[in-house]
Amino acid sequence: MCTWLSQQVEASGAARGVADWMRVTAVNVMYDHPVSAPYDHALLLDFINPSQGVGARVGIELSASSARELVRAIEVALASTEAKADLVQQSNH
Amino acid sequence: MKDALIAEFVGFAGHRSDVIEGYLARPISDTPVPSMVLVHHAPGLDPWCKEVVRRFATEGYACLAPHLYHRRGPGNWADVAAAGRAEGLAKSMPNDQVMGDIAGAAAYLRAQPGSNGKVGVIGFCSGGRQTFLAACEVPELDAAVDCWGGSILPQPESEGRPASRGVLHRAGDMSMPLLGIFGNDDSNPDRAEVDEIDRVLTELGKDHTFHRYDGAGHAFFVTDKPVYRLEQALDGWQQVFRFLDRTLKGAD
Repeated sequence: MCTWLSQQVEASGAARGVADWMRVTAVNVMYDHPVSAPYDHALLLDFINPSQGVGARVGIELSASSARELVRAIEVALASTEAKADLVQQSNH
Repeated sequence: MKDALIAEFVGFAGHRSDVIEGYLARPISDTPVPSMVLVHHAPGLDPWCKEVVRRFATEGYACLAPHLYHRRGPGNWADVAAAGRAEGLAKSMPNDQVMGDIAGAAAYLRAQPGSNGKVGVIGFCSGGRQTFLAACEVPELDAAVDCWGGSILPQPESEGRPASRGVLHRAGDMSMPLLGIFGNDDSNPDRAEVDEIDRVLTELGKDHTFHRYDGAGHAFFVTDKPVYRLEQALDGWQQVFRFLDRTLKGAD
């Protein structure tokens, strides 16, 4: 069923996108100097597909507090009935 | 003619003659000019680093910044840098490769028709450490400026970061004057580490001058981040150009 469960968190940071949908096969996570976000350090997330070259990347740089809010919202989303069921199913694969 | 310059991307022969990309700015000048190799910080050859390359040209220096993550490409510099950073420093910027790229950049600059034959190197953050090492391992350079180079001393393993041997043990081979710029609120290098670097260089009789700033931390020259410190950065740049004018232009 459609869950229609959505949340919005305020965020501060920067993002680097791609022109169209891309298949994501890995995520790099760092806490280090950002390139664009106006912070000395930031949470750096790179959603990537290395087989498609370095340009197959959606890069996100978030302030620490924004990242913490995002984690909280993700945890709420993953606490839904549908997500719990999927997590059980996917853990059996 | 101050402020007249040409800036462009060039290819040059780096480590093992690999042709890598670099960002070059040079003053439009009727007289020979000294040159600088700029070693970018860990985020890569970003807009601030390119701005500094152009700044050098306005001050009468040809300046070439090798894109040290180039081999991880091709692609936009930011994507290439992100891929390199994710693999860790040891794999993305091994010391011998970086030294080869710096030596290649110096050779490229020295071969330009407008060169006065003098070439220095400046580096920031991880590039500061690489600059310190270049002052020991790339003798064809004439002067070096280490801006807050971290991990010059050995570092223990911590928070998932591997232990590192540092580069201070190479100081005996340092063959050129070194200028150091440090913020006293920095944690890598912290005050005690800068004291130790100073002590070792002094004991070895190496020509070095350190400028250490209160009220400044890591990367305080970087204008697009909160760590920028106006007064300290202005004085720091003045010290940098005073040092380079003396070592590369022969000014008193």
